[in-house]
Amino acid sequence: MSVQEKAPRRQGRYTVVFPTAPRVLGAASVVGPMEGRGPLGQLYDRVTADDILGQKSWEQAETVYMVDACRLALEKAELAPDGVDVLVAGDLLNQMVTSNVAAAQLGIPLFGIYSACASFAQALFQAAVLVEGGFARHVLVATASHHKTAERQYRYPNEFAHQRPPTATWTVTGAGAVVIGGGDGDGPRITAGIVGRVVDLGVKDPYDMGSAMAPAASDTITRMLTDTGTAPEDYDVIITGDLGELGTKLLHELTAQSGLPVSSRHQDAGMLIYRPEQDVHAGASGAAGAAVVFASWLLPQLADGHMQRAMVAATGALHSPTLIQQGGSIPAVCHAVIVEGGRGVGA
Amino acid sequence: MATEKAKKQYQTLVKQHTPPRPIVRNVVAAFVVGGLISVLGQLIFGGLTRLGFASKDAYGYTGAVLIGLSALATGFGVYDSLAKFAGMGANLPITGFANSIVSPAIEFKREGYVMGVGAKMFTIAGPVIVYGLASAAVMALLRWLLGGVGR
Amino acid sequence: MNLPVILWAFLIGGALCAVAQLVMDVFKLNAGHVMVGFVVLGAVLSGLGLYQGLVSFAGAGATVPLTGFGHTLVQGMLEDMATRGWIGVFTGGLKAASAGLTAAILFGYIAAIIFTPHG
Repeated sequence: MSVQEKAPRRQGRYTVVFPTAPRVLGAASVVGPMEGRGPLGQLYDRVTADDILGQKSWEQAETVYMVDACRLALEKAELAPDGVDVLVAGDLLNQMVTSNVAAAQLGIPLFGIYSACASFAQALFQAAVLVEGGFARHVLVATASHHKTAERQYRYPNEFAHQRPPTATWTVTGAGAVVIGGGDGDGPRITAGIVGRVVDLGVKDPYDMGSAMAPAASDTITRMLTDTGTAPEDYDVIITGDLGELGTKLLHELTAQSGLPVSSRHQDAGMLIYRPEQDVHAGASGAAGAAVVFASWLLPQLADGHMQRAMVAATGALHSPTLIQQGGSIPAVCHAVIVEGGRGVGA
Repeated sequence: MATEKAKKQYQTLVKQHTPPRPIVRNVVAAFVVGGLISVLGQLIFGGLTRLGFASKDAYGYTGAVLIGLSALATGFGVYDSLAKFAGMGANLPITGFANSIVSPAIEFKREGYVMGVGAKMFTIAGPVIVYGLASAAVMALLRWLLGGVGR
Repeated sequence: MNLPVILWAFLIGGALCAVAQLVMDVFKLNAGHVMVGFVVLGAVLSGLGLYQGLVSFAGAGATVPLTGFGHTLVQGMLEDMATRGWIGVFTGGLKAASAGLTAAILFGYIAAIIFTPHG
């Protein structure tokens, strides 16, 4: 390696550490009726009665989910929108319309990001960087997705009758938002993060995102464990975004091959959201998936001491219908952060 | 950059772990539902001939009636449940062709009646018509060239 | 007297759909590709003179699946070619299919006016 000045906040080759450990000040989840009937139904802050929310289109409804999740998270953090310096937001739609329109309504400066369903972890990472570096006092993180907007953009019109194969996933309708800030006090803290490498092992089936994403998840998780000198057992949970059944099997296989098997600690957010009898095939997907599970299921357990340390490794299939039609494959990425619970962590 | 070898190895792994599609169940469901839709067509055809339509025309009108029924079923949102159960048993009959036209028409209403409904109506059915006409023209010309059509 | 045709309609219509399903699942195609494939199959069988026989004993079992659409197009062209010559390729196909196509477009448009998308 060439002689370079050492980056003081890097650990190992790829991981970034946050010595002051930016704090989660508040988080909220708002989901659609189908998600409300899932196993985490009681844990969400709000379950809507329908998925159109009185709007003219599902795209507009998706924006309402994001804005509502943001407002609820701000309420919990006891902040007004103008107390937030930056909104880091992402969704699945072209031009990130959901995030753009939501930011216009909230009036918070926006970093719009896109890494498909990995957007949530990327947003947490960027928020932590901004707070750790002293560039922002409070950063709002939000991601949203909607089954019906995703289907019509990426696959077929919703009304088109067709049979989905068993590896197909169901996009989560809803949004999650998290407020990140600095300073003393309780609350789970972000202690490290890693930027994912884009991995493409030639998977071409848009109805099998799990297989496209598993190698990216394995790559990121393995690198982060190696850089930080930790083992999977050092985490209460390593949670991926939306690998689904097949992707989960493949992740377990790949991490076992690399000598750091995660199967004993791994949970997939996509498989926590729906019940088997809801017939969504391989599980949930979508930018909102990791966010609503983080806000409703993971954070409370970190806050009350049930869990000490979690790795949030959200996976994204960077699927382009145009590329697929041209014979291309589906590149995938996985960004991750380490979140540690309760008191005595960080500053 | 992943090597071709790594890609091959991984795709083998994916194949090993991919759950098999429930082909037998799917084929049986497609057979039953496709058969029943055909029976419905035959009943409509019988009714039309009894009303005095020539049987040559009655097949065309039967198609039109089925298409109307499919438009209703699509509008009320029941045709997609049928297709979820029966797969090609719902897609292959003319009712499925109708669903492929009616569904984007309804769905893209929100993008306007011209560039939404009008332009998107044939997103799925367009290729069916294009390849249907092209292959029919080839076959008809072949028949003509080989002298199979009275001149 | 009608019963055998109805039975054949069920068997042939069902069998065509079953084969289509098999092709879709084995080759992992999507519905659109299989629909295109079967229209072409119908046109080829019709051009070879094999499809009309199927229609005469299975009735709607042969005309309702999309193979029947390919058959209609070929027969329409051949019919016009018999009276007008080669120009029939251009005039016969859509003429024969006009009831179905027009119905699909009109009913599609009316449905778009009446119904709201619900997914």
